[in-house]
Amino acid sequence: MSGKGDVLIRVENLEKHFKGGQIHALNGVTADIRRGEVVVVIGPSGSGKSTFLRCLNLLERPTGGKVSFGGVDITDPKVNIDIHRQKMGMVFQHFNLFPHMTILENMTLAPIKALKKNKEASEQKALALLDRVGLADRAAAYPGQLSGGQKQRIAIVRALCMEPEVMLFDEPTSALDPEMVGEVLEVMRDLAGEGMTMVVVTHEMGFAREVGSRVIFMDGGAIVEENSPEELFGNPSSERLKLFLAKVL
Amino acid sequence: MGWIDWCEQLLASAQGGTVLGPWEKLNKDFYQAFVQEGRWNMYIEGIGNTLKVAVLALILGFVLGLLVAMVRTFHDQRREERPSFLLGVLNLVCKIYTTVIRGTPMMVQLLIMGFVIFKSSRNLVGIAALSFGINSGAYVAEIIRGGLMSVDSGQMEAGRSLGLNYIQTMWHIIIPQAIKNILPALGNELITLLKETSIVTVIGLRDLTKAAQLITGKTYGGFMALFGVALIYLAMVMILSWLVNRLERRLRSSER
Repeated sequence: MSGKGDVLIRVENLEKHFKGGQIHALNGVTADIRRGEVVVVIGPSGSGKSTFLRCLNLLERPTGGKVSFGGVDITDPKVNIDIHRQKMGMVFQHFNLFPHMTILENMTLAPIKALKKNKEASEQKALALLDRVGLADRAAAYPGQLSGGQKQRIAIVRALCMEPEVMLFDEPTSALDPEMVGEVLEVMRDLAGEGMTMVVVTHEMGFAREVGSRVIFMDGGAIVEENSPEELFGNPSSERLKLFLAKVL
Repeated sequence: MGWIDWCEQLLASAQGGTVLGPWEKLNKDFYQAFVQEGRWNMYIEGIGNTLKVAVLALILGFVLGLLVAMVRTFHDQRREERPSFLLGVLNLVCKIYTTVIRGTPMMVQLLIMGFVIFKSSRNLVGIAALSFGINSGAYVAEIIRGGLMSVDSGQMEAGRSLGLNYIQTMWHIIIPQAIKNILPALGNELITLLKETSIVTVIGLRDLTKAAQLITGKTYGGFMALFGVALIYLAMVMILSWLVNRLERRLRSSER
């Protein structure tokens, strides 16, 4: 029923206007995210790619169109969005760890409070995940004591503690010092290798090319081009994409 | 001869027209202001009333302020997600409350409460506590609201994206961080409140300031009583700021 290749998130005619309709961040975006896919979204700043991502779990309420997750229209106001967000992990540009909690508390808060899991089991799972990203020794530390790269790795495993069906990444390496980008991308690469469905907004073209199963190029609040990484980077068809690639590559 | 008898003698001779030396006068004034006819009791009663008004007003102000801050923050943050008519009305009421209370003098509010709304009541402590509580609530509301808004919006987003609901995110993530930002301002408000209560004399409540006024009237000399009262206020404020400081330090140390 929920095999690889099924549509997990279906986005139809998504629109988002800010400030009473003056700013059109999204103008009718339609896309499918399939299970097991790594969809990388690229585009110039202000192209609406972050807004698109944030609409997927309704951190941003779309002003028009529909987002379905696992067949349920989550833009329906009657839907309890919290239930669905529990299955959609999100990683932010600025990590957004909770500074007043230890790493372990950061990771177990949502499983305990939202999923009502017991404390011991949650902690065990968190420690296992920490071990996987090589940070098991920092479980009792506070976020303020970690480097940016460590914080972002923690943010990723914090989301994984909820056992999500999809992971959303909003420019996860943009706020990092260059020497820390690698360690975060490596964790993401591993995650993709395990078959996690991922939607990644990023400026890391190398990552897009290497890990992405599909790349979406957005500009002006719309999808301009989408294709496999080889085709999109090797054989761009639109002028805008050519211009963009000429600037970033 | 004991000190009290000596002071009685000085008092009698002063009333008889004798000019006292400075040391003798100081003793006599002190005796008159604090000891004669058990006057220290008036200060104690005054301190009691001042503290009663301040503490009750603090509690009321905090509860009111928290409610108003919650309604206003809730309204601002949830408008998009779940628009609600009731919340809109509540928000408007809260806005009017803070605007009116912060836009009119405390003295006028106190007089209106004492001589218009509760003119037949003799429960002066109650009236004073209510007036100051309502007044303080408007300021506390803004302090708390500011504190909640000062927490980075990414914190709310992170909590919600993990599937925690609004209340859980507020309770476990936003409020613990906001408290640290709020505490200094809240401590200040408490200190202001304690000192501000001295205007309750206008509705006739015998607070600490009133005690000094009454004694000044009886002894025809305000130096001792007023300075004494000033010292007592100062001591109370210093104790209070010490307590607030300690609490602040303890909260900070938990973060590292």
